[in-house]
Amino acid sequence: MIGPEQVAPMDGVSTAELLWRAVLAGDEFASGDVVVRALGAGVDPESILLDAIGGVQRRLGEEWAANRLTVAQEHAATAINDKVITTFGYVLRGRQADRGKVTVACVDGEWHSMPARLLTEVLKLRGFDVDYLGALVPAQHLIAHLHRSAPDVVALSSSIATRLPVAHATITACQAAATPVIAGGAAFGADGRYARLFGADAWAPDARAAADRLVEPLPRPMVGHQPIDDLPHLADQEYTLVSRNSSQLVKAVLTGLEARNPLLRARTEPQRHEIAETLVQVVEYLATALYVGDDELFSDFVHWMATVHAARGAAPGFLMPALEVLATEMRDFTRSTVMLDAARELVAAEAREATG
Amino acid sequence: MTDSPQVVPSIPGAADRGWSAVPHPALVVDLGGVIQAVNHAARSLFPDLSPGDSLTDLVDWLGEAHRRFLLEPDTDLIRPHALPADPTEVDAELGGLIRGRRIVARPVRDGDMVVWWLTDNTDTRMAMVALERERKRTALLSDASAALMGSLNPRLSMEVVARLAAEHLGSAAFVLAPISRRTGGYPAVLCRRGGRPERQRLDVDPADLPGLAEALQGFPPVPSRWIDPATAPDWVAVEDIGPINSIVVVPLPGHGVPAGALVLLREEPDSAFTAEEETFARLFAARAGAAMSAARMFAQQASVTETLMRELLPPRLEQLGGVEFAGRYRAARDGERVGGDFYDVHSAAVMPDADESLAVLGDVCGKGLEAAMLTGKIRTTLRALLPLAGDHQELLNQLNSTLLNTNDTQFVTMVLVSAKRQGTSVRLRVTCAGHPPALVVRCGGRVEEIDSAGSLVGVLPAVTSNTVEVMLAPGETCVLYTDGILEARGGPLGDAVFGEQRLRQVLADCADLPAEAVAERVQMLALQWVGDGPHDDMAVVAITAPRGNHLAAVGGHSRGRYTA
Repeated sequence: MIGPEQVAPMDGVSTAELLWRAVLAGDEFASGDVVVRALGAGVDPESILLDAIGGVQRRLGEEWAANRLTVAQEHAATAINDKVITTFGYVLRGRQADRGKVTVACVDGEWHSMPARLLTEVLKLRGFDVDYLGALVPAQHLIAHLHRSAPDVVALSSSIATRLPVAHATITACQAAATPVIAGGAAFGADGRYARLFGADAWAPDARAAADRLVEPLPRPMVGHQPIDDLPHLADQEYTLVSRNSSQLVKAVLTGLEARNPLLRARTEPQRHEIAETLVQVVEYLATALYVGDDELFSDFVHWMATVHAARGAAPGFLMPALEVLATEMRDFTRSTVMLDAARELVAAEAREATG
Repeated sequence: MTDSPQVVPSIPGAADRGWSAVPHPALVVDLGGVIQAVNHAARSLFPDLSPGDSLTDLVDWLGEAHRRFLLEPDTDLIRPHALPADPTEVDAELGGLIRGRRIVARPVRDGDMVVWWLTDNTDTRMAMVALERERKRTALLSDASAALMGSLNPRLSMEVVARLAAEHLGSAAFVLAPISRRTGGYPAVLCRRGGRPERQRLDVDPADLPGLAEALQGFPPVPSRWIDPATAPDWVAVEDIGPINSIVVVPLPGHGVPAGALVLLREEPDSAFTAEEETFARLFAARAGAAMSAARMFAQQASVTETLMRELLPPRLEQLGGVEFAGRYRAARDGERVGGDFYDVHSAAVMPDADESLAVLGDVCGKGLEAAMLTGKIRTTLRALLPLAGDHQELLNQLNSTLLNTNDTQFVTMVLVSAKRQGTSVRLRVTCAGHPPALVVRCGGRVEEIDSAGSLVGVLPAVTSNTVEVMLAPGETCVLYTDGILEARGGPLGDAVFGEQRLRQVLADCADLPAEAVAERVQMLALQWVGDGPHDDMAVVAITAPRGNHLAAVGGHSRGRYTA
């Protein structure tokens, strides 16, 4: 039985807070309970999904960035949230599907399935017939699915910017199979600029907007376009060369760093591994920025990286020299040089701000 | 002709043989518009012409051009490439029609005379217009082909055909597929020009519309049939379109299988296509039929594959008997869903007199579909051997003799884990047959190897192995994996193997995590390790003793939908 004193805090914010505590405690039962009680108290199911569960998910990301959670903790919490959504599906009888048929999928290599999962549930609540393919969907599987089930639209989710080249290939493949694509997720930019760049048929900033947008069916693309049509700047081959030789680049930068700072050689293997992984990310983001032809993508990443490093008390001196060595390695690459110069200026400016 | 004004000839006399021999008509006109001299070519264009005639009387647009040229001599009058595409429409300033020929005129000033040079470019323009028309038709057909080839879904390909047909051949178009044996009736799509295709199922007798029955049978080949709308059955009457004066039934050739038929509703009363439509209609019908029959064949094949594949796909794992099970699978080849790794969890409920669930994870030699077929055989055999699950050694020996009795020289390595909830803990019996050892993540992050070693299955006359008993406290996990994880090659520098050491490090962070999170984390890190590089099949299974009592309580409604 639910007394009025328990119903009272069940508006969106409080439910989110209760859920946050239960999820963080790793208490699956309590987490499911918060949602079941909120539903029982008549809270809008969509708000529970997006504001409570989605809110917890956003907060997990923030807490991780601020180094208040480990990746494993974030993983465990997400697994619990995921089960909570399953519970949700059992408690709430879905309405009759009387709207279009949607296939929801994450780009291959994309592990953040929660946004797609939440969109799936919201679309079901709104009466769409949804196939949820989950995380890590190879484009080939997605296209085979389209041929088999002919949905009205594909909702493609991507959170990590480095998946953008794959997202682009996936969008054009879906369109070539006469299926329009609505893109969503942080990877496509806060204003959806990369969704537009890739010729996606629609973009939505969040699940609610996506569900609103799909009320009016998107027209089926009749003539597919080639990925290269969207990105003429790829003709300079910089993206191809950087992405193909990323391991060699990382090795070269590591060697360069050690030559500059012999102390690095004294580091333990896990520490060196961590530095190498960071460098991999730097090179991946550089490659992605080259792919989409947007300097901001790289400088935003460098800024974020500097912030994360600061939160973890990592030696601040290592990002700047890494960028410098990388710039030397890539001096023959016009677009890369511009991006690396801008990033170094940014890091220098932020360092001045921090000390001054 | 030359563009340079420096080489203007002096006014030629009748005796100038060079002037007479120029193949282009030329008229020498004074400033008042009176023709002073003409050459041979001009005489054959204008047989009645004599010097002293007025240019305007001869060709009025030329007279007008003459006046304008004298007013604005610098005007660039000659831009033949800027002429309109239609040869019957010409700009008077640049050229015009003379006796049905298309003539471009260009003036050259010399003192108080202007020489008008005329060029007949009728044939060039005709060729250009024909070229333009062919280009458009090719582009149209190529766009249509691209749209038709895009989808291998039968319904979608019908929609594309209906939309293209309504756009180019009629006010509205029906596309009918051969009768559906499953639902009865003819799957159909109707599209109005500019509208969206609508799916329908037509429960009609095709014999009512002449030509339709033959077209739907696909054999013998029949030409398009033109029908008076008055004699057509009711279902052909479509609302919200203009008056319909003819109906055409177009068979769609299907290459061995009937592809279907196209019914066009047309405003034009003529019982024939225009010449242009005819070419398009014929090529379009051929492409549409090929696309629709390819889609049908693909759908049939895909359906067969799906049915056969269902048995081979890794199962979704869930909580059984108060023990959490989670599995993750990634086939070596990107396009495939199955490979030589496999796992299964069998509930105690399906085994008589048993109180343990049995988890199996294994790896057969080979990759791809062939290996997957063998995993299918082994999984089926294991299911039949479940009554022996209480004795792993016996079960392995039975499987061993089954594999030895087949002609294949294939073998398998595997781990068997029987799991039973005891209070808040979980008791495991683990047997390893030629497989990498199972690992246990203890509370606090200590990782232990389970000391069970045995020989692989399917090679020797008998399997030797030992079964080890392990207790899992709440939050502890036993992890089974295949060597695809250990041998994953990549990392930041691209050339290191993932290896057991790194797997142990990963697992050390997985203490107290739910089984789903452990399985996902191992798969994620291994796949991130290989990046875009090639890898072997990868499978991982996590068996976890639930933390506290919580998970058992949710167990009531946790039929696995955890696909995150």
